[in-house]
Amino acid sequence: MKFRTLAAIAGIGMASVGMAAAADITGAGATFPFPLYSKWAEAYKAATGNGLNYQSIGSGGGIRQIKANTVDFGASDMPLKGADLEKDGLAQFPSAIGAEVPAISVPGIEARQLKLSGAVLADIYLGKIKKWDDAKIKELNPDLKLPSAGINVVYRSDGSGTTFVWTDYLSRVSDEWKTTVGANTSVSWPVGVGGKGNEGVTATVKQVPNSIGYVEYAYAKQNKLAYALIQNKDGKYPVPEIESFQAAAVNANWKEAPGFGIILNNQPGEKAWPVTSATFILMHKKSDKPEGSAAALKFFDWAYANGDKLATDLEYVPLPANVKDQVRAVWKAEIKDAGGKPLF
Amino acid sequence: MSAGTETVVYTETAARGRTMSLSTRNTIFRALCLSSALLVLAVLAGILLSMVIGGWPAFRAFGLGFFTGSAWDTQSDQYGAWPAIAGTLSSAVIALAIGVPLSLGVAIFLTQLAPRWIRTPVATAIELLAAVPSIIYGMWGLFIFVPLFAEYFQVPVSNVTEGLPIVGTILYARSPTGLGVATAGIILAFMIVPFIASIARDMLAQIPTVLRESAYGIGCTTWEVVRYVLVPQAGVSIIGAIMLGLGRALGETMAVTFVIGNANRLSTSILDPGSTIASRIANEFNEAIGLQMNALIATGCILFLVTFVVLVVARLLVARMKAV
Repeated sequence: MKFRTLAAIAGIGMASVGMAAAADITGAGATFPFPLYSKWAEAYKAATGNGLNYQSIGSGGGIRQIKANTVDFGASDMPLKGADLEKDGLAQFPSAIGAEVPAISVPGIEARQLKLSGAVLADIYLGKIKKWDDAKIKELNPDLKLPSAGINVVYRSDGSGTTFVWTDYLSRVSDEWKTTVGANTSVSWPVGVGGKGNEGVTATVKQVPNSIGYVEYAYAKQNKLAYALIQNKDGKYPVPEIESFQAAAVNANWKEAPGFGIILNNQPGEKAWPVTSATFILMHKKSDKPEGSAAALKFFDWAYANGDKLATDLEYVPLPANVKDQVRAVWKAEIKDAGGKPLF
Repeated sequence: MSAGTETVVYTETAARGRTMSLSTRNTIFRALCLSSALLVLAVLAGILLSMVIGGWPAFRAFGLGFFTGSAWDTQSDQYGAWPAIAGTLSSAVIALAIGVPLSLGVAIFLTQLAPRWIRTPVATAIELLAAVPSIIYGMWGLFIFVPLFAEYFQVPVSNVTEGLPIVGTILYARSPTGLGVATAGIILAFMIVPFIASIARDMLAQIPTVLRESAYGIGCTTWEVVRYVLVPQAGVSIIGAIMLGLGRALGETMAVTFVIGNANRLSTSILDPGSTIASRIANEFNEAIGLQMNALIATGCILFLVTFVVLVVARLLVARMKAV
């Protein structure tokens, strides 16, 4: 009796797993776009009945998984270089855009009051500017009353695409940063303390007065953190919002890099927010599992067409329409099954 | 001897009416026990082997420099484990320095001094502390303890020690954020207290009352009873308990990651941020590729060895004390 019940339960369990596996698209990788992909997946399931199983195991894990061919797509915040894509036969395209802001906790200074240039930010993170009332910061903010307190630099301790985007920005605006530290998902920080995850950085910035730490814009907004404005390439101080993030994407030359692998940091444009980056999807160009690949492409096509509202609700920035069309063209041209038939 | 006879009688009763002979059943039982024991050994050897293989590229690339080097640079693929090893050892030492006296105090109070009505609640509370998941210690540490520690310890202490020789290098926070090796050590101390305290309490409670009462009878004070009768009696087990706590302190990951400040730099001050082997692996494993991954596995291998050495030293100490 007992055994029969158990067997029945096991049978039901196995059947449901089997059904889910047959229909679900599988993906793994970056944690940054995880909330967006889950939201898209939920809406996609409601609209089409097809599910998406996305595991946010980190960009490095996503790259490993797609190379090992255990998932239909991998996701990474750091674009792969042309040579790496070539070597593993991978196609790469962006799915959405995110931006970062320098969150601050300087007593008496509110959001969007403090202005910083890229060079000053790099010097702060290099430990060369040590106090908030340093002449270089004062020069940019003649009207603000800055405390004579030490700057607590905060960074992400876990390897993360957020760190890659931030350090890439600092490398673009400071040669010294580029040569001594460089850009990567985790770097060897000259000064500061590391918080684990966005929540760790947020907690430290909030709790320790006179701190500065980089977080994704959505995170700063949800947690009501004060943040500084950054001077962009045109010398202006745009306000971080969907429009200024999209301004960075529109002016970029997407075709210049293989696999759309450009980073939107420090793009020209009066309104362009300087610390902006796309998050990327990786798929095999010659698919061993054509059904899975085709289903994944269908999902992203649907998300491009119907997912913009969901993305902006979550403070992600949808790709500009011209970029979406370029990506669709690449799907048609590059992603094929073993026989060379296009999957999209 | 009598226990053995009883067992035989019992098995004979149980075996009555069954087809399998007594010796076959014994052989099967023996084989099962042996294979469980061997399985554990095999798992241990397997883990060690896979870590050595995984970390081998890093050991080969940097040689001994991997143990002594202090660079951890993903850009130029240069890795040295020394800051993480130093952070692991110093946070564990701080944890023991605070945790051991505290635990012994708790154990002695509970067994010797506490009125009966207070014993059970306090003992239960200590045991509950052991059941709190480490992530809770980490969150509590980060959100509650860290700001308090910064305001009431780091800032005043740094103001006093600034510029002093020696003390000024060990106890000075360049940026008093509350995060650091000392903070991690203190949180770890809270985490190991329940382990050490409950084992020490059990050991002290097992000492025959006669011993204690005769010491009191010849006019010893409570301190003298504890110092000259109880501690020598329970000494070996207490060292075992401390080593168990040390093992936990060395390997603790989540709570430490939250409060240690995660800096891959070497610092002379315990109030500065640092990192431990476990926290570095937790931080970087997700995104690590290539040699960085090998280097992380290699640090894991080092942690394995450090823990192993600690256990061996504990065993030797216990054996020596028993011989005396």
